[in-house]
Amino acid sequence: MPEESSVHITSTALIRNNKVWEGETLLFEGDGQGMDFLHSLYENLDINYPKFFKMDALCKSGTAAAHVLLKNFEKEQYKPEEVGIVLSNKNGSIEADINYYESSKTFPSPSLFVYTLPNIVIGEISIRYGFKGENAFFVSEKFNAHWMYFYVNNLMQAHPIKACICGWVDVVDEEYDACLFLVEQKSENGINFTAGNLDILYNRA
Amino acid sequence: MDRNELIQQLKEQIIKQLNLADKKPEDIKDDDPLFVEGLGLDSIDALELIVLLQQEYNIKLKNAEEGQTIFRSVSTMADYILEQQAGSAN
Repeated sequence: MPEESSVHITSTALIRNNKVWEGETLLFEGDGQGMDFLHSLYENLDINYPKFFKMDALCKSGTAAAHVLLKNFEKEQYKPEEVGIVLSNKNGSIEADINYYESSKTFPSPSLFVYTLPNIVIGEISIRYGFKGENAFFVSEKFNAHWMYFYVNNLMQAHPIKACICGWVDVVDEEYDACLFLVEQKSENGINFTAGNLDILYNRA
Repeated sequence: MDRNELIQQLKEQIIKQLNLADKKPEDIKDDDPLFVEGLGLDSIDALELIVLLQQEYNIKLKNAEEGQTIFRSVSTMADYILEQQAGSAN
């Protein structure tokens, strides 16, 4: 069972107010709105993952945030089953739901339908990086740092999870808010993994 | 519309329908496989191609098994569309 102090937040990524941050470093500031912003972000961050264009906005947002979060992550030091993902948001997959509903008035689109669940963003990140650990997606009114800490800490105690991507990925009315944390047991670097630190990092911008 | 025009139109429609934003029509060769080693399309894309046939050409696939042959390449798609259009004209 890991002690609290042995678990660290080793990386953070934030996409908010048309800006992309890696920790304290501003990586990109876009002037476009909606998909234009996400596509300029794709070019500027050199994401180089053609499947990105097929995704709904929630998955694009989560995939872009994960791209920033995992830039320096040495995933080879973990087995695929040791990397978990726990995400949350307020609006579920509402944009994809509405888009699919609109398409269903004429020809229901299979490629829109597959994004009508919020946890698909976890699948997209898992596919890109080959992660196979435990995962969960929670919907709540606002980011609940205490619940996130409790759940991720529990995964690390009761399951073979040694690293976990966790945080918040929300999209509504073409507004993107993604704040991801990489939590690792093996690393001595980073900030102590506590609910208080999650809360501070989430609210910094 | 002749076969070459239809092939060109299909390439544009496939790129739009499947959100292949990194592709241009000239990147898709007429006889390249659409799935796996060619354009790299997947099973969801196959469903979108069925929708495309219905939406743009009013052709309903009677048997999903036929998809494997029809969607082998843009050429085979064009041939199928022309065959169906000729059939309905007779």
